[in-house]
Amino acid sequence: MNKPNSPTSPKHAERQTAFFAGARDTFPLIVGAIPFGIIFGAVAVSSGLSAGGAAAMSAVVFAGAAQFISLGLIAAGANLPIIVLTTLIVNLRHALYSATLAHHLKGLPQRWYLPLGFWLTDESFVVAARYFEHAPVGPAKRWYLLGSEIFMYANWQLMTWIGVRAGQTMPDLRNWGLDFALVVTFIGILVPEIKSRPTLAAVLVAGSTAMLANNLPNQSGLLLAAIVGIGTGVFLESRAAAASGILA
Amino acid sequence: MNEWLLISGMALATFATRYPVLVWLSRTSLPPSVFRALKFVPASVLSAIIFPAVFLPGGELALRLNNAPLFAGLIAVFIAWRSRNLLLTILLGMAALWTWRAIFPL
Repeated sequence: MNKPNSPTSPKHAERQTAFFAGARDTFPLIVGAIPFGIIFGAVAVSSGLSAGGAAAMSAVVFAGAAQFISLGLIAAGANLPIIVLTTLIVNLRHALYSATLAHHLKGLPQRWYLPLGFWLTDESFVVAARYFEHAPVGPAKRWYLLGSEIFMYANWQLMTWIGVRAGQTMPDLRNWGLDFALVVTFIGILVPEIKSRPTLAAVLVAGSTAMLANNLPNQSGLLLAAIVGIGTGVFLESRAAAASGILA
Repeated sequence: MNEWLLISGMALATFATRYPVLVWLSRTSLPPSVFRALKFVPASVLSAIIFPAVFLPGGELALRLNNAPLFAGLIAVFIAWRSRNLLLTILLGMAALWTWRAIFPL
């Protein structure tokens, strides 16, 4: 009776469960993205972007940190190639995310990679990376990531629009410190992940490097800091493994 | 500057950091050593965003009482460590920011 793709088949139920699990697990991160999206919309219109431009940027770029930085550059009168290059550098961390997730997304039908890639953000990456460690083999992983991503995307569009409207009616909204929501969200993700000494060292070294390299152009200090942090973690972990004789 | 050209350029630049690596590495196998390194990606990237935001809010080191992001950040770290609850960390972290700014204005 049940065809593989009919709405009542067990396979369909598994996909649906994974999809909504992805959306549900992303909820706390959505809460953090709400004020960030609103402040983006509000600051966008006061930085010289049109209301339609702000909405379009959220729709086709969909990268909160890069969008935010571009507003600062637009307001500072930077030219187009500089802003595009900055966007590329700020978003290079997504290449690291893609590399991490790709291992779990091998052999999918080609049509999957386009949406999964386009919608990838910090938030969906963190949620999916955690889930993928213990996820069952099969379609659950891709549906979980898709659920997380679509939920993030829909929220970002809505919040940008609300922010644009709020910015037009409440000009002092940008002084509320709403952009700090992104920082506390990242703190809330990061702290419970620090379970080993190599990870703690990676955190401290990456953080310190980012501070020292804060004045490098185009936010390239972020990438430098990430690389130094990863190197620190790998070095300490392999040394600890060698000391305990685990590593052959 | 042409707004639509700018948005198109940013969209392409962002897409280029997401899609190609996903497709490429979903077809190729990486050596295990790469996975040991990738494990440290989230912690390193998040730290590189957090530290400057709380210690250098205006672009310069601000170890001052009226640096609300620093103290709200420290409070958020404590809440995250004790509760391991993301939602609670976000809500109390923002409350801490606004409270601190009210007590120690710039």
